[in-house]
Amino acid sequence: MCWKKLILRPLKIYQYPMKERFDPERNYAETRKAIGYLPRNQATQADYDRIGFMSGLEVHQQLKTKEKLFCRCPAGLFQKADEYDAELIRHMRPTLSELGEYDGTALMEFKTRKEIIYRIKNETACTYDVDDTPPFALNREALNISLEIALMSRLKIVGEVHITRKQYLDGSIPTGFQRTAIIGVEGEIWLRKKRVRLIQLSVEEDSCREVSDIGHVRIYRTDRLGMPLIETVTYPDFVNPDEVREGADYIRFINRSSGKVRTGIGSTRADVNVSCRGGTRVEIKGVSHTSWMPELVHNESFRQWALLHIKELLKERVQDPKGWRINFREISLSGYKFLSPLIPHDVPDFKVYIVNIPKFQGILSHFTQPGKMFADELTDRLKVIACIEKPNMLHSEMFEDLAGETTWDKIRKGFKSDEKDAQLIIWGPSADIPTALEVIEERCKIAFEKVPNETRKSFENGTTIFERVLPGADRMYPDTDSAPIPIEEATIQKVAGNLPPLISGRMKQLIEWEVPQDTFTYILKHNLVPLMERITNDLGISPRYVSTLLGHSLKHIQGQVHRGNDFSFDLIYDLLKFVVSWELDLGIARKMLLQLYEYPKMDFESILVTLDFKVIPKEEIEGEIPFLVSKYKQIYTSSNEGAGKRWVMGNLHTSALGNVSLKELSEKVIF
Amino acid sequence: MNEDIFQGYKGRALELLKKFNARVWAQVKVDSTRGEFEGTILPRAENTDDRHIVIKFFTGYNIGLDIDTITNMIEVGYKKAIYKIPEKEFPYSADKPNVKLLGTGGTIASRLDYRTGAVIPAFSPGELYGAVPELADICNLTTEKLFAVFSENMGPEQYKKLAIAIGQEIEKGTQGIVIGHGTDTMHYTSSALTFMVQNSPIPIVLVGSQRSSDRPSSDAALNLMHAATAAAHGDIAEVMICMFGPTSDEYGFLHRGTRVRKMHSSYRSTFRTIGDMPLATVTRKGVFPIQKEYNKRRNDKNVKVMPFFEERITMIYYYTNMNPDIIDMLVEHGYKGIIIIGTGLGHVNKPLYPAIERAVKKGVAIYMTVQTLWGYVHMFVYDTGRDLMAKGVIPAENMLPETAYIKLGWALGQTTDLEKVKEIMLTPINSEITAREPYNGYLIYQGGVPEVEAFIRSFRK
Repeated sequence: MCWKKLILRPLKIYQYPMKERFDPERNYAETRKAIGYLPRNQATQADYDRIGFMSGLEVHQQLKTKEKLFCRCPAGLFQKADEYDAELIRHMRPTLSELGEYDGTALMEFKTRKEIIYRIKNETACTYDVDDTPPFALNREALNISLEIALMSRLKIVGEVHITRKQYLDGSIPTGFQRTAIIGVEGEIWLRKKRVRLIQLSVEEDSCREVSDIGHVRIYRTDRLGMPLIETVTYPDFVNPDEVREGADYIRFINRSSGKVRTGIGSTRADVNVSCRGGTRVEIKGVSHTSWMPELVHNESFRQWALLHIKELLKERVQDPKGWRINFREISLSGYKFLSPLIPHDVPDFKVYIVNIPKFQGILSHFTQPGKMFADELTDRLKVIACIEKPNMLHSEMFEDLAGETTWDKIRKGFKSDEKDAQLIIWGPSADIPTALEVIEERCKIAFEKVPNETRKSFENGTTIFERVLPGADRMYPDTDSAPIPIEEATIQKVAGNLPPLISGRMKQLIEWEVPQDTFTYILKHNLVPLMERITNDLGISPRYVSTLLGHSLKHIQGQVHRGNDFSFDLIYDLLKFVVSWELDLGIARKMLLQLYEYPKMDFESILVTLDFKVIPKEEIEGEIPFLVSKYKQIYTSSNEGAGKRWVMGNLHTSALGNVSLKELSEKVIF
Repeated sequence: MNEDIFQGYKGRALELLKKFNARVWAQVKVDSTRGEFEGTILPRAENTDDRHIVIKFFTGYNIGLDIDTITNMIEVGYKKAIYKIPEKEFPYSADKPNVKLLGTGGTIASRLDYRTGAVIPAFSPGELYGAVPELADICNLTTEKLFAVFSENMGPEQYKKLAIAIGQEIEKGTQGIVIGHGTDTMHYTSSALTFMVQNSPIPIVLVGSQRSSDRPSSDAALNLMHAATAAAHGDIAEVMICMFGPTSDEYGFLHRGTRVRKMHSSYRSTFRTIGDMPLATVTRKGVFPIQKEYNKRRNDKNVKVMPFFEERITMIYYYTNMNPDIIDMLVEHGYKGIIIIGTGLGHVNKPLYPAIERAVKKGVAIYMTVQTLWGYVHMFVYDTGRDLMAKGVIPAENMLPETAYIKLGWALGQTTDLEKVKEIMLTPINSEITAREPYNGYLIYQGGVPEVEAFIRSFRK
């Protein structure tokens, strides 16, 4: 944003009131201000209340089972993108739901006419995965873990599990639907300040991983496909971005406290639903870090607020939205030389169109998200629905105007545009142009009415782009290939009898232990309370010490060095047992942990060797103190006692570590 | 007829619904020992227990409630789902060939049947057009539902009706016939129609799907488009099966009705031509013949319909230690023809000989085919074979067992003179016996071999 320009602008208006050109940058800034957007760190609850922020979560968690959910393929083996034994092609068609409706997403996906290619590796996928064999019986191990987590989430357990098909026409599942089944409904979790209601928990099969999606070809690999996961869905009870994160963390903690779920990249993913007052439920898909959530939901709620502002602006300008149409015309490239570097030249039958969008001046450059404007909603849909790769358009309100005013004037003249109109130049393979034009008109027409229902893909910077139209309940269909599974009272009792302590109980335990608050998340995320209990009970080490060793030291180490393949948290128990049995001072454990994390197979004695550790009696080390004190006084003249102490301790550090408590030693250094 | 308001519920579950006066499609609040549940009561599939009630939760999911946990139910609303495939009038254009789709009960377009929990077919041209609008780019389509039976319930009665119906269509000037059919016994029907409808001037294409059309990845729509293309525009005027070539959505095969067999219980590419190459591949762009010789499309109406079938015939699959009384029992029960599916080149064990002799003496026609499916019956190679022939077993060359069964029924339906039957059986009508087996008629590659794996990787099976 160029603020300088903004400040200067009024002067310009004063000088040339009649001839002033529309200034998109100024419009962007003004519309951002008009909707009251502010960065998250400046936003308060009052701001969220003003726009009626509302959010709910769908948290997905892979279960640690040996096999996939509906076949006997191994779960948790992964293939590289270009590593496969066979490929096969499918196209997806919309079908009717159980209640006889076509689903909106289904129709959109059909419009995109994608060719879906699956890359199959023999080890990780079978004929079930590619929909050439009906499902086998649902994996009992997965069912029991789901039941356990459902009980921990205080859900009401169903009497009979019905396997349902949930349509996904993006191809992420070769059948075109995900087999999913509800285990429990209507539960609750307790955050620090409030209760959040849960709608349901279901067990379902995971989808394929996307390799690429270019033009009309989308490629997936099938390794992750069919792995069991659970989905915990909350009501939209969160009223600000921080609560969303807290809720997501809490659900994650519950899942992990079972000790039967997968951890690591991609094993926990959440879809975040957001709306503002008057807006629509928009689903931000597959957010894998809870720390990203606050920024994402903040921006999404304001994006919707911005779209509602656009709706108001359009309402004033257009009396008859129903009769509103875009105009378009094909052009030859000759008069538009500047397009040459933007357009792929290897595609035969490529066409360029100009489009007039009546009354959309100031709408295209209307603020939507930080760094994004309404025109981005068009270009994103052109990519996803019409399958035209970006860049796929230029518009008359770009900050950096590649076409130039004379071009736009020429286009306007051709269309006999009103000065309140906006214009586009779009291009693509001729077969995709009709869809492209339809997409533009459709999206603009939605702007008159509402915030469209859609799923959006997230980026680390907190912004999102259009992914697809949000599917509704219409995409559910009973799975005629599998029989319902009764859940007997006795099964529930058995699982309920073996539940791990609830997260709230674990938190209470940490508070009782007087463990520092800033280690809670790390400990609960990795389900380390049981480990801490073992260390405290067996080795007599204080939980407070262990918590900082884990939540501070180890967390720090993880950011510094590469994790050795065989590292597991249980090794820390062995490490501390070693330190205690060798009667070493605990201070050395941190240094040893650094080595252990990187080289988990190294035995503890060898680690000590690499640290140059030698057993030196405490008395001998303490005996060095008087000499060092006098030495310091010789060398330095500073009267700062702290400095002297630090110098002495620095000299003793290597020999003292592991032999004597540094704190104790430091107390003996007296000037 | 009064509509059943407790569809599918029985026994204790039905009692409970009656007790609380809750109907199917009622929106209910349920109190149970596991908590309160809310949703719409759904019909229950027939072969399930009487201990659960199914409701649709507001999120669209279905859940079952254990009736032993239910303490109260209150109906708070009622909303019946009307399941209907959107119907649009099938457009007619004068420049497109007229194709007739005859329905037998396959799953080209289908909807849920709560009674069985399975899918039942939808069929009218309007419904088909609603589901597969691309059909209108291929032909003018009219439909006629001859019967609605599952594939396994197809039999002589249906073969004859189909043959007659096809004859009538040809008489009317229809330019191509598509027959929607369940896949399990499709190759029996294709054999029967090959024999019963001879010298057809137009393509007769059987088509089905391996994935019901209520699934987004169903092969039904593409199969139907392929079949319509073959029927409307193809030059091959034979009885054919049109199903997926590879499992990918790429192209279909047209298989000769007598040389084809379902070879996998669930794969899309389940139909394979055995002992020969398929007739052609087919895409939406047209039919691309593989075989050089085939019966070409004609403009006349000189079809010969021969709807005959003797039902007292059977097929026995030989297994080690088969006892002779099996054959004696068949003869006793008046069976007039037996297809033996023998081992290897066409063998059975010695203890069966006397029973075979007895059967032949009583005038039972016995033909030999092979369990290996590929290859010819060669009964001269070993003594066993020669012995069997001496006892009156007739080798059926490389006729597929199912084809031989159908042909024997058809032959015996025309005459009881066993010499004439033999002549009919051994004179091929359309490739059910071929003079030679091309080397590429038998290609079953095995996985794991490096060159095969390399091929599979590049081939998009």
